[in-house]
Amino acid sequence: MPHQLETRVLLEGAEDPRLATLQGYKDLVGGYATLERAYKNMEQDEVLKELEDSGLRGRGGAGFSMGKKASFLPRGDMPKYLCCNADESEPGAFKDRELMQRNPHQLVEGIAIAALASGAGHAFIFIRGEYDSQADILDAAVAEAYAAGYLGKDILGTGRDLELVVHRGAGAYICGEETALLDALEGKRGNPRLKPPFPAVQGLYGGPTLINNVETLSNVPRIVAKGADWFRQYGTEQSPGTKVVSISGGVRRPGNYEISLGLPTRDLIYDLAGGPLPGRRVKAIYPGGSSSPVLTAAEAMDLPYSFEAMAGAGSMLGSGSVIVADDTVSIPHMALRTARFYHHESCGKCAPCREGTNWTVKMLERVVRGEATPMDLDIISSVQENIMGNCLCVLGDSMAMPVSAMVRKFRGEFEQVMAEAAEGIDPHVVVDAPAETLGAAT
Amino acid sequence: MSPVDGAGASNPNLPVDRAVTEGRTPSTDPQQIPELQEVDCPPELQERIEKLMARYPEKNSASIPALWAVQERYGWCTPEGIQQAAAVMRVTPAYLESVASFYDLLHTTRVGEHRIEVCTNISCWMRGGDELLDAFRAAAAGEDVFVTGFECLGACDIAPMAAIDQRYFGPLLPGEAQTAIDQLLSGDAVLPDKSLEKRPLAGDTPVAGASGGAGDGSAA
Repeated sequence: MPHQLETRVLLEGAEDPRLATLQGYKDLVGGYATLERAYKNMEQDEVLKELEDSGLRGRGGAGFSMGKKASFLPRGDMPKYLCCNADESEPGAFKDRELMQRNPHQLVEGIAIAALASGAGHAFIFIRGEYDSQADILDAAVAEAYAAGYLGKDILGTGRDLELVVHRGAGAYICGEETALLDALEGKRGNPRLKPPFPAVQGLYGGPTLINNVETLSNVPRIVAKGADWFRQYGTEQSPGTKVVSISGGVRRPGNYEISLGLPTRDLIYDLAGGPLPGRRVKAIYPGGSSSPVLTAAEAMDLPYSFEAMAGAGSMLGSGSVIVADDTVSIPHMALRTARFYHHESCGKCAPCREGTNWTVKMLERVVRGEATPMDLDIISSVQENIMGNCLCVLGDSMAMPVSAMVRKFRGEFEQVMAEAAEGIDPHVVVDAPAETLGAAT
Repeated sequence: MSPVDGAGASNPNLPVDRAVTEGRTPSTDPQQIPELQEVDCPPELQERIEKLMARYPEKNSASIPALWAVQERYGWCTPEGIQQAAAVMRVTPAYLESVASFYDLLHTTRVGEHRIEVCTNISCWMRGGDELLDAFRAAAAGEDVFVTGFECLGACDIAPMAAIDQRYFGPLLPGEAQTAIDQLLSGDAVLPDKSLEKRPLAGDTPVAGASGGAGDGSAA
């Protein structure tokens, strides 16, 4: 039995492995009935209106209104595309993996209905290459849907067509950025593009393209089936609906929990995830994946878990992934780990990100080796300021936000780590520590 | 020596790097596209890549899937394999190389028969990902198994975890690295109890005292 604080909508029936098959999806949750109704009886504008009225916000990180995004696509006969962003690579995020693994048909149905709303004739699921097992599940689900006539030419005899291709990436966080995803899908290196033009106007192959996250699209069938008002009974005024939240790090029961948005963060961490490990206490959390500014336990616990509350606290809900750092975690080391990730994943196209992530890593390494001075902390902060808002995409900002928050909120700990590491170091001897000794990953 | 920062463009005594004048797009010169009969492409690989190309409105979209096919066939993206894929796709090998070298899962040098990626990102690090990586490295020493630390694999719920031949396992203790590699090499099922695919939803499992792996108390 799920916990009473969970609200399983997207994960309805997910404990049953039969849900991953077409027959199971139909039997357990009445799957594909909405697709049938939408394709046979609904016009594009009706579907679009329902999505806009629901207030569904994108679940991939930015939280932009899904219906609005779909309505930006121009009308007309040009080829239009829909891309499902399943390149979930943000440290701390693993909700899309669960949704695709347990209920792939919900996503396929959502894509088909969203394609109707946007007028797209060709859809792609861009799934990260690491999710090989989930991609196999999607391949099987798509094949089943084709065989049953829910995809392909002349869907259910309505004269409407949709092609759906599962496209595997090959390991690059940047491909979760929508324009980099388009480049990767066009068969290139995944470099972000200058915006505008936005993908809704000029995206894949130069055509209007709607790009949505897995969880966003998985919400579509039920919204169209049950209506915007039904959807709005969950969540808050500005964050309607449920959210699958990934909780990881120093908690007793890490995993995905589906909640009604606005649940107190304390309940999420202490009740659902079981609280910190025995004898530990929560020190800080990333409320929305590794790119969200960290909140101290005191700041976070009494906040409702919603888009607006997290933004109000100077952080963000992002992809809805909580990483809990307990009191054994050294914040400077965590900052270094975070910065290293973005350094590794920076595509190298824009200088502020390429150089900024590189120098942030170098400076943080000096901090933990005891070679830095308190002035270096100010330099780290100023580097972060110079990254933010100065790149084609937000990868650089995604490092700058958490790192600058950590330096600001835990400055005392940075100074302490620096001082402790510096003890016994002769300032006139250059220490040439191999990267391995610092736990370098790649 | 290749000039950097456009130096070659203004100094007539230095050779001009193509990158300086033409940007970073690899050559599309049709002269450089190998002919199919020159490259000795296995028919099944050719057929597979042609099928992949047919899935997309533009054939170049098949470049990543085609490189996956090459990697599956040869174990890594060999220069010969890239030539063959390029011949089938009618693009230059340089173009495919530029794609292959961008992505972490496509290997342009030989890797082992088996591949193990150990996550060392934030959540796994807190729970002992570094120790797990060391254990896998030690256990794989001398074997034809490629072990590498990797950025977040998207399975923080089973931290610390590893992807073994593209399948996820966790939470793992360092001691299980040796078991996993022994099973892998002998062809047995690898750590069947630790497979992600068999794991129930987190909300359907009881709260454990401490469900962590090796990392207790060592996350600094």
